Amino acid sequence: MAEIRLKNLAHSYNPAHQTEQDYALKPLDLTWEDGKTYALLGPSGCGKTTMLNIISGLVKPSEGQLLFDGQDVTSAPTSKRNIAQVFQFPVIYNTMSVAQNLAFPLVCRKYSDKDIKFQVDKVADLLDLTEYLPMAAKKLTADQKQLISLGRGLVREDVNAILLDEPLTVIDPQMKFELRRKLREINKRSGITMVLVTHDQNEAMTFADEVVVMQDGRVMQSGTPEILFEQPQNTFVGYFIGSPPMNFLPLKNDNGILTCDHTGFSQKMDKLPSKDQYSLGIRPEYLKITEQQNASFGIAKIIQIDDIGIDGIITLSFEDGPHIKLKTRDHKSLHLNGIVGLSMPPNKSLIYQNNNLISSNI
Amino acid sequence: MLSLKNISIEHPKTPLFNISYNFEAGKFYCILGRTGAGKTEILRALMGLEQLSNGEITLDDENISNRVIWKRNMALVYQQFINYPHLNVLDNVIFPLLRQKIKKSVARQKAISMLELVGLSELADRKPSQLSGGQQQRVALARALVKDARILMMDEPLVNLDYKLREQLREEFPKLIHQSPDSVILYTTTEPKEAMQLADELLIIDNGQIAGHGKPHDLFENPPNLAVAKVISDPPISFVKGHIENGKLIGSDGTILQQSGLQHIANGEVQVGLRPDALSLGGELTSRVVLTEINGSETIVHLNFSFGQAVMLLDGIHMFEADQKINVSLDTNTIMLFSLDGQNITKESN
Repeated sequence: MAEIRLKNLAHSYNPAHQTEQDYALKPLDLTWEDGKTYALLGPSGCGKTTMLNIISGLVKPSEGQLLFDGQDVTSAPTSKRNIAQVFQFPVIYNTMSVAQNLAFPLVCRKYSDKDIKFQVDKVADLLDLTEYLPMAAKKLTADQKQLISLGRGLVREDVNAILLDEPLTVIDPQMKFELRRKLREINKRSGITMVLVTHDQNEAMTFADEVVVMQDGRVMQSGTPEILFEQPQNTFVGYFIGSPPMNFLPLKNDNGILTCDHTGFSQKMDKLPSKDQYSLGIRPEYLKITEQQNASFGIAKIIQIDDIGIDGIITLSFEDGPHIKLKTRDHKSLHLNGIVGLSMPPNKSLIYQNNNLISSNI
Repeated sequence: MLSLKNISIEHPKTPLFNISYNFEAGKFYCILGRTGAGKTEILRALMGLEQLSNGEITLDDENISNRVIWKRNMALVYQQFINYPHLNVLDNVIFPLLRQKIKKSVARQKAISMLELVGLSELADRKPSQLSGGQQQRVALARALVKDARILMMDEPLVNLDYKLREQLREEFPKLIHQSPDSVILYTTTEPKEAMQLADELLIIDNGQIAGHGKPHDLFENPPNLAVAKVISDPPISFVKGHIENGKLIGSDGTILQQSGLQHIANGEVQVGLRPDALSLGGELTSRVVLTEINGSETIVHLNFSFGQAVMLLDGIHMFEADQKINVSLDTNTIMLFSLDGQNITKESN
């Protein structure tokens, strides 16, 4: 087990890299503490798999260093890094039993039968697979097969970290829920650092102590799920985290006073260059519907109600103005085309300048 | 318009048993179920890709059970974005029309307006490989829509797309698709929220049978049986054992979960369904935290009670330590009770 540091790391697949566009991974510096859970989150092509491949040793970064507990492993071969990996599709040996599957990495390393049994039993207990040990691995369900893949990583005592590359993709939501919980329990009980790669914010947020949000090879923000939700540092993170995404309304800059049409929002701020673009970030979860006379954030018309079970997603339109979304559990009392008042806690309204957060807790 | 009458299929892995249902034109139907429940089999049966061992399929009262696939007037969008790699986007959409022997100039015009509808006009000259996954899936959708088929089927069309693209297409689909009042739309998914958001009518498939059907919200509020209750909510509904004693609901450890109002249920064992929003902080029930998951604006708390395990969904962000003791209350209005054979017996009318 180890702390993982990506020190001034960057990578380009183009050996003649010159411009920023040439980099699949733009310079970044991250430290991952031993024993915690991390998620790399971003759309396809954002560089998250490149980062994972650098950690496992499949790709050598063109710049910077990779350190495990302070030790430079940038050029170390994959086999010397003691990284276990779980892939999208379960990789199991179909002809073997569950026990043989779990034992395989130890058999390859010539452990004694006694040590193998001890380790396999320990891991099977951790994964709740004890009763399945004698069974043929191919008979298990998809989520159990993913647990076996994971177990083959855990069975070695020298593992520095477990990398999970979209391991929940082939699993339906009900099983996903169980497996996610299982992964968290395993992390807590084993103390092994886990890094999950995913495009699914929900998966990333529920799994990880800290989420690294990426776009176009750049780390857009790294932080706890709470920080990413409450204080997105840029409009991309505001959009990518949260479902529905954060609302952005245009702000006008009148000599240092920012105003938002239709809402009555106004905020005085120092040093606001007039050439810059300003917008107001509003989470759908914080926007509330009120009586019209109590409205503090304008009056709007309900143009769509999406009932998604416990919550409803309400789309509203300001008169001749932009649309805004709101999330509520009281959607059953609302009516399409109803005119309602809106309110918004001021300390949850975020101001962005050229897509970067400049103010919070106004 | 489209009817399935007592359809059965003998499939080694996912057989169908006695499926009957009438689909009406102009409606969006979601077929929700777990992996392997038989969702895709229903679509395959409709297309004629599976031999029916029993039953018949009728379209406008005409039996089409033995009709060849290309005369069934159906279109399908797959999980994988299937496009012709050698044709550009426009020609991909024109292709099915040419096969229908439509004049090239007319076909071209139809294809152009369809690309406009799906927002791909500017990419008409590109090859599919030069498009993102979401764009490719929109090409496949345009190709399916342009045929004006009476039956449009979509088999988990978003499953291979990024989360954010899914979110976007989920919003776009109804707008694109409700254009055709003469056709019926069948859409399969494993995601309860997706099904709730999209469906006019929802069918729940479990073990090759229709476990329930109706308006999404009605099924969510009042699932007719355990099979429906197990797939209708995300986060899922928790189930614990309990028993009814003279109108009271009592947990397996003796805790009284509901004081009264259940006189209509006979004394004896029941299965208790607790919706994640039924539990809230503060109250009489003591529990220990197993795990806290923060999902941005909400917190999912896995709790251990002396009568079993349950999941609580809280608005906002709350941090609890593992093994921390917390007190919660239970909203008895949302408790669901199921008989041991899985039928919902909560309400008197049931």
